[in-house]
Amino acid sequence: MPVTPVLTRRWNTPESWTLQTYRRLDGYVALRTALAGDPDDLIKLIKDSGLRGRGGAGFPTGMKWGFIPQGDGKPHYLVINADEGEPGTCKDAPLMKADPHSLVEGIIIAAYAVRASRAFVYLRGELIHAARRLRAAVAEAYAAGYLGRDILGSGFDLELVVHSGAGAYICGEETALLDSLEGRRGQPRLRPPFPATHGLYASPTVVNNVETIATVPYIVNYGVDWFRTMGRERAPGPKIFSLSGHVTRPGQYEVPMGTTLRELLELAGGVRGGRKLKAWTPGGSSTPMLTAEHLDAPLDFEGMQEAGSLLGTAALMIMDETTDMLRVVRRLTQFYAHESCGKCTPCREGTSWMVKILSRLERGQGDASDVDTLVDACDNIFGRAFCALADGATSPIVSGIKYFRDEFIPVSAVTSKPDPTPGGEAAGDGSPSQAPGAYAGAH
Amino acid sequence: MAFPPETHAAAAEIIARYPAGRSRSALLPLLHLVQAEQGFVTTEGVAFCADTLGITQAEVGAVATFYTMYKRRPVGDYLVSVCTNLSCALLGGDEVFARVAERLGIGHDETTPDGSITLEHAECLAACDYAPVMTVNYEFYDQVDPDSAQAIVAGLQAGERPAPTRGGPLCSFAETSRQLAGFADERPEGVAGPGVGEPSVAGLLLAEAAGWRADQAPAPLVATGPPLAGQGTGPASPAPAPASAPTPTPASSERKGN
Repeated sequence: MPVTPVLTRRWNTPESWTLQTYRRLDGYVALRTALAGDPDDLIKLIKDSGLRGRGGAGFPTGMKWGFIPQGDGKPHYLVINADEGEPGTCKDAPLMKADPHSLVEGIIIAAYAVRASRAFVYLRGELIHAARRLRAAVAEAYAAGYLGRDILGSGFDLELVVHSGAGAYICGEETALLDSLEGRRGQPRLRPPFPATHGLYASPTVVNNVETIATVPYIVNYGVDWFRTMGRERAPGPKIFSLSGHVTRPGQYEVPMGTTLRELLELAGGVRGGRKLKAWTPGGSSTPMLTAEHLDAPLDFEGMQEAGSLLGTAALMIMDETTDMLRVVRRLTQFYAHESCGKCTPCREGTSWMVKILSRLERGQGDASDVDTLVDACDNIFGRAFCALADGATSPIVSGIKYFRDEFIPVSAVTSKPDPTPGGEAAGDGSPSQAPGAYAGAH
Repeated sequence: MAFPPETHAAAAEIIARYPAGRSRSALLPLLHLVQAEQGFVTTEGVAFCADTLGITQAEVGAVATFYTMYKRRPVGDYLVSVCTNLSCALLGGDEVFARVAERLGIGHDETTPDGSITLEHAECLAACDYAPVMTVNYEFYDQVDPDSAQAIVAGLQAGERPAPTRGGPLCSFAETSRQLAGFADERPEGVAGPGVGEPSVAGLLLAEAAGWRADQAPAPLVATGPPLAGQGTGPASPAPAPASAPTPTPASSERKGN
């Protein structure tokens, strides 16, 4: 199964972030094509392409653009969600650093399609180098006449601002992002109304992920048929998959949607040290963990739902057989407790109490009913908050208990505990606790 | 008000980025700006933001306390952040944090007695493929281990600025905060410093070596002739087709990132 470099194809070219390099490699060709045509035709093109959002939810991009009311006399806004912070997710940061102009070009085309004259990139604060490259690219684009007034003589105006956030995972949630961009605490809004009609400054707003928008120029250049040669019918196109954790060659692998973990692991040199796969996340920490049973499940939106998880951001965190799942779940739950914005009680209270229970289990001081308490708490958190952070917080716990229940039950509560290091005798290269996977060993 | 006219001018410049009547959108960058001036968000900084935007200090305070990058105690010249979230933790991030803390003699969210270095454990820093990572003033040191991490902070303690694996050369926390407020890094190497390394191009390097192209997928894995850019068949290979000999291993394959 080949790698299909589309969005990643310029990343290894010298000075790939400069306008000069970008133009030399087909840059801003799609923009001229787009500006010469009708905005509605662009929306139709993206609808026909089947492009679905790369930020996690997989919502059809063209349909989202089509929801923007036209001729309503209100200003329209395009906001790029570049608040990459989901554990495991690390695809947008390299894109913005290596090829910022592809995002800028996508933004101009998308803004033209939805008739937005202002666009913002809400960039995660910590990504300071991406901010430098992106701001440099925006400045170059202004100087070249791709941004500002009367872009390339088309009569279309667009102002683009790169806005650095300040460290809050919740701002990756689109309505929290909009509140943050308005200068408030990043807390999610009640929906409806949806951002398509009441978004930034209560005006029609499209919020799209970086990778989604960076895909747009390629579809304009090469067409729907080309785009659909990759991926699956309901999820076409290439997708950047991020492999991390216990994998031989971690990194970004851009392959067609629907590729399997088995194929990706083959590209990435397999599980580190020749060990066995124990667990993995298909799309970051908020997507339920899967196991070696799911090596051949197609990695696309429907394929992952059928496997009982979600594609999310296609961030595959690989955990080998030495991994202590209780410790993994406790750490991820701490993350959600830290990042819960505090607006909804089930999420705010639930996540912090679950950290306490998991920590107690990890210290060997829990009892068998704690596992049931955790499952019950998750039942009372899932679907009972304004946004998906709460749902995501339950994913590691519910899936961890589903597949590794024995590891959550304290030793005192069982007569015998399964060997936590299967294949341990084969690992003659050192005890698991000294192995690179420092999560090794029993708790 | 302790802030000089330059700060007021910078604030006006920030506000001008947002639509008329929407000046509150400038609050996050303004908080970065006052943090750049004073090393953390002081009550004076809160008052400055409130006065500048015509909102209450309570409204500013509510925002300033919501976001982890706004600090409520003085930060050193260097903010050392060690990621301890999952991908880093799987590969030893906790041990890295422990060693750095031991070397500095401080814990999470604390500053060395001389006021020069602040330590924190960070949530995921969006560099999981470079795990375990740490940052100093948000510039990346990749694939660290306890020894290499200790050496980096030892360098900081000795007054050096160890070169990050990726990012611009180290600058002070104040200078970084000013960039976060949206002002350009005036150093050319600030933009040109390495942005992506080998993990970011792992898939691309495989494709370049094998001659895989997006327009072939999911066809058999055979190298083909020259790129077909402009013919509507898909993106060409990354390097422009050399006039002489299009080769299955473009010049860029020697590189390991940008």
